[in-house]
Amino acid sequence: MNNLLSRATPYLQAAPLLLILGFFLAIPILLLLIVSFWDYDFAGMYPDFMTLNYAETLGSWVTWKTYGNTLKFAAMVWAITAFVGFWVAYFLAFHVRTATMQMVLFLVCTVPFLTSNIIRMISWIPVLGRNGLINSGLVGAGVIDQPIEWLLYSDFAVILAMVHLYTLFMVTPIFNTMMRIDKSLIEAARDGGAKDWQIIWNVILPLAKPGIAIGTIFVVTLVMADFSTVQVMSGGQSASVALMMRNQMSLLQYPAAAANAIVLLVLVLFMVAGILRIVDIRKEL
Amino acid sequence: MSKAAEIDIASVSKIYGKTTAVDAISLKIPAGSYCCLLGPSGCGKTSTLRMIAGHESVSVGDIVLGKTVVTHLPPAKRGTAMMFQSYALFPHLDLIDNVAFSLKMAGVDKVTRRTKALDMLKLMQMDAYASRKPAQLSGGQQQRVALARALITDPEALLLDEPLSALDPFLKIRMRAELKKLQKQLGITFVHVTHSQEEAMALADIIVVMSEGRIEQAASPREVFERPATAFVARFMGDHNVISGKVVNSADGLVTFEIVGGGTFSAAGKPRTPGADVDAAVRTDHVRIGESPIKGLGFTGIVSNLEYRGGTIKLTIEGAGIAEFTAIVTDKAFYAAPVAVGDAVPLHWDIEDAIVLGAPNP
Repeated sequence: MNNLLSRATPYLQAAPLLLILGFFLAIPILLLLIVSFWDYDFAGMYPDFMTLNYAETLGSWVTWKTYGNTLKFAAMVWAITAFVGFWVAYFLAFHVRTATMQMVLFLVCTVPFLTSNIIRMISWIPVLGRNGLINSGLVGAGVIDQPIEWLLYSDFAVILAMVHLYTLFMVTPIFNTMMRIDKSLIEAARDGGAKDWQIIWNVILPLAKPGIAIGTIFVVTLVMADFSTVQVMSGGQSASVALMMRNQMSLLQYPAAAANAIVLLVLVLFMVAGILRIVDIRKEL
Repeated sequence: MSKAAEIDIASVSKIYGKTTAVDAISLKIPAGSYCCLLGPSGCGKTSTLRMIAGHESVSVGDIVLGKTVVTHLPPAKRGTAMMFQSYALFPHLDLIDNVAFSLKMAGVDKVTRRTKALDMLKLMQMDAYASRKPAQLSGGQQQRVALARALITDPEALLLDEPLSALDPFLKIRMRAELKKLQKQLGITFVHVTHSQEEAMALADIIVVMSEGRIEQAASPREVFERPATAFVARFMGDHNVISGKVVNSADGLVTFEIVGGGTFSAAGKPRTPGADVDAAVRTDHVRIGESPIKGLGFTGIVSNLEYRGGTIKLTIEGAGIAEFTAIVTDKAFYAAPVAVGDAVPLHWDIEDAIVLGAPNP
C-alpha cells in the first residue's frame, strides 16, 4: 500500500498541470482538429471526414493573399519592435546606473498596459484621423494643403498600432538577457580596445540573442493571431488570417474556420521551431 | 621578449561620493618586477589596480607608465592589459576568437589574427582546445586563456585582479608557479591584487600592503615579513605577536614600554617620547620556553590553548596584560619539557626578535 502510494506520488504531483493543459490546450486543439474535417452548410455542421475544408482553404488565392498580408505585418512589426526593443533594453541595462532607476523606467514602459488593447488602439484614431491632431496641426502650420489620407485606415496605421501594442513584449526579454550579461565582459572588451559600437556589435548583440528570440516568438505569434488591430486600424481595408477566420465564424462556417486555424497553427509552430533552431534559448528558461 | 614599463603612481586618490577608497597613495613599481597589492577586502587595492588599468577614473593625482602620463587615457591606449577576477571570457566566442578579440577590434585581418591567437594559445599550452567555448574549460584552463587574451596585445604591464581566487587550493599553487614563470619569461611588469599573504610572499618582488585606502608598507617580501612597518602589517602578515603599551624610556636603540596593568617589555627601535603609545612585534616562531636572561624580553603566562601541528606546536598564552600571545615551538623543544593547558609557562625571546612598529595610520 505504502509502496503503491510512493509510486503514485509523482503522477499525483503532475496531475494539476496535466488537467489544466489537457482541458485548456490539448482538448480544444483536438476538437478544432476534429471539426476541421466536418461538413457544414448554412444551418449547421455534420460529423464527417472530408478534406474539402482544407482543399478550399489552401486552394483559394484569397487565403494565400491574406497569409501574405499577415506575414508582411509580422515581418514589419518584428523588425521595428526588435530595433526599438533592443535600444530601449540597451539603454535600461547599460546606461541607467542605479537599480532603482532601472526598475522605475521599466515600470514606465509597462504603464500603457494598464489600459486595454482596444482603448489603446482607438486612442490613435483622434490622433491620426482626417481631422485628427496630426493632420489639423500640419494643415494649420501650413506644411500641407490637404490632410494626409494614409495616416488612418491604412497598413501604416495597423503597423503603428501593433508596434505600440507589442514593443514591450520585445523589451522585456531583451532587457532580462542584457541584465544577465556580466559587466566585466564589457570592461574586458574595452580593455581589448573595443569602441562603444564594437562592444554592442561583438559582445552585447550576440549575448542578447536569446532575449531577442523570445521577444520574436511573442511578437510574431501575437501579430499572426491578431484580428482586432487589423480590423480597427485598417478600417476593414486590410485582412489578416485571424480576421478571415472571424468572418467565417460570423457566417457559421465553423469547420472552414477550424481548418484555417489548424493551418495557421502549423505555420506558427514552424516559425517558432525555426527561431529555436537559430538561437539556443534554453539558458534563459 | 617585450619591453617592460615602470609604473609610477603619484599621490593618487579615488573618491566615490563621500567615501575615499584610495587616499593619496604614491608608489613606484620598477619595470619588470612582480608587484602584489595585498590587503583585506575594501582596502582599496582593487580600485588602485583598476585605476592603473583605466577602468576607474582617477579622482586626484597622476599615473605614469614608462614615460607616458596615462591618467586620462582609455584602457587600450595605456600599454596595460588586465586579467579579470572571473576571467571575463566571452561566452559566445571560441578560444581563438576570445584571444583574437583585441586584434579584431584593431582591424587586423582574420587570417593574421587567428594565426597570432593560435600562437598565443600554444604558448599557454591551450592550442588543443582552440575551438572550444570557455564554458567547456576548467578554471585553470580558463585562466590560461584569459592570460593569452591579455598578453596578445603585447602589454608593458599585466594587471591581475585576484587571478587565483576562483581556483581550488591545489590548482592555486600550480597556477601561482605558472604565473611566476611566465613573468620571468616575458620580463614585463606584473601587478597582482590578492588578499592572501601566502600568495603575495610566494610571488612578489615587492609587496604593497594596503589598509583603508593607504599604503602601510611597500617592500620586498622578506622585509615585510621580518620588519613589518606597522601594527597592521604585523597582524595582517601573521607570524607576529603585537604588544601595545606606553613608552617608559628609550636608550641604546632599545625602547622600554609598559602594558597598563601588565608587564614591562623592551624592543629594538628609534627613541620615543616617554608616555607615548607604542606597538612592538615579536616573531611567534622565535619565542622559546624558559626564563629570560634579560629583563623585558619575556614573561610568564598561563597556557590557554595548545595546537599540535606536526613539526611545531602552537601555544596560546595569556598573561602580563597580553590577552593572546602565540608561541610556535618545535616539537623537539616542546616535548623536552611539555606543558598543558592551564600551566604557567615562562617565555622569552632574543632582542632582535622584538621590534618597535611605526605609528598606525593617522
